[in-house]
Amino acid sequence: MQTKVKAPGVEPLSDHKTSVAVARVERRFSSRRGVTPALAGIDLHVRAGEVVGVVGPSGCGKSTLLELIAGLQEPDGGTLTVAGEASAQARRHACSYMPQQDLLLPWRDALGNAALALECQGVSRKEARRRAAPLLERFGLGGFERSRPAELSGGMRQRVAFMRALLPGRPVLLLDEPFASLDSITRASMQQWLADTLAAEPRTVLLVTHDVEEALFLSDRVAVLSPRPGRVLEELQVALPRPRDRRAAVTDPELARLRGRALEVLGA
Amino acid sequence: MRRWLLAVLLLAAFVGTWQWVASLGSVDDLTLASPSEVWTAFGDDGDLLLDNAWITLLEVLLGLAISIAAGVAFALAMHLNRTLRDAAYPLLVGSQAIPVVVLAPIFVLAFDYGIGPKLAIVALICFFPITVNVLDGLRSVEDDHLKLMRSLGASRLRTLRSVELPAALPSFFSGLKVASTVSVIGAVFGEWAGAEEGLGRLVLLGNNQLQTPRVYAGVVLLTLIAVALFALATLLERLSCPWNRTERPT
Repeated sequence: MQTKVKAPGVEPLSDHKTSVAVARVERRFSSRRGVTPALAGIDLHVRAGEVVGVVGPSGCGKSTLLELIAGLQEPDGGTLTVAGEASAQARRHACSYMPQQDLLLPWRDALGNAALALECQGVSRKEARRRAAPLLERFGLGGFERSRPAELSGGMRQRVAFMRALLPGRPVLLLDEPFASLDSITRASMQQWLADTLAAEPRTVLLVTHDVEEALFLSDRVAVLSPRPGRVLEELQVALPRPRDRRAAVTDPELARLRGRALEVLGA
Repeated sequence: MRRWLLAVLLLAAFVGTWQWVASLGSVDDLTLASPSEVWTAFGDDGDLLLDNAWITLLEVLLGLAISIAAGVAFALAMHLNRTLRDAAYPLLVGSQAIPVVVLAPIFVLAFDYGIGPKLAIVALICFFPITVNVLDGLRSVEDDHLKLMRSLGASRLRTLRSVELPAALPSFFSGLKVASTVSVIGAVFGEWAGAEEGLGRLVLLGNNQLQTPRVYAGVVLLTLIAVALFALATLLERLSCPWNRTERPT
């Protein structure tokens, strides 16, 4: 299994420090009622191996930003590169995109759902299952290989979806509100789990969330977005080593200060 | 278990009422044969009925097979090609609006008295429910799933095989259930337009020869074929879409 952080088929860049570069990116949606700007000249740079949280009010274009980076949409203005490549196809190859819902296929078992990521790259079904199996064990899903999504808890389904995102071994991980559909207890334990997993399996991560605490707990840096049309209002450095401890984080004075500042910027 | 019991009870009540109405003096024996007369007809003409039932069953099964092959292929083509879908959808709806009763004699003229026109009519009548349901099933996949497959680098064929086809399977069986019940009607129309054997022809002859119990026996057999096909489709659905099984309150 490929665990190294390296884009397949992408040459090392001279400017290898920057993994995701978003410069003055604009995105508009036209409907019958006219043109709605979703993103108005947003700037965001993510270094290789960095975890950057993106928080903002509902409808500020957070998900649009992720889909743009993931190569699922094209910007209307500005430049957008992932690992130095600008084409949508190259971006898709460099990014693993994990949407808000787990989007597991109900007819596939847990192992089959994770293995789907490898099958999409042309690996045979049998081989894909063989290669996904050890990761399932490591993610605490051993014994649930043959369980269908309907038989798994919300947290387990999210872990399977996360495996599916990690398996192709792509350098950039884009997480769109990964825990939004979970209850608060499960969410807390999944946040700790994600922090530990990212320490063991480092990736460049962009984490979109509406939960300021979650963003601060998991990220090296948090970008606070304005209401629609979204742009970055302020970037907060979280100068604490990762992975952090969920319980210690609750009382950490630095995190509390940053949380206050983020809420102030958000106007909440 | 309770569901079966209720169905059997209702059926028994139906047969009982039928027997009672048939025994009323005011009901003509030529119009309505009683269940006991039908039972006797099964005993007297058993071989004749069964031989003809096999013929009709064969027509129904072959016609259904043709409509499944053609319907699935057509739905796939329409799903993969937007232009074809827009252009052919009105034709598809039109195919269901064709009065097969009128068309049947023309098919017989075109294909002769053999099994050909029966298959054509069964297939024509079953084509619509299968095609429409498969097409709806293929299109039922959410945008987010397609987006995910795109981000995973899946080819069009991979998305079709891994996501769209399995998603369409329950809809296919819904279509097959409808088709299996109307297929029998198609076979009867086909035989009425001109045939030398089959239950439809037997029923039509029996009507002309005033053999009312035999007519009713034929109708009972035709109904049984349709119900059996429906049950078979339901069974196949359960076996092939176990994830889709909804919990039934008992």
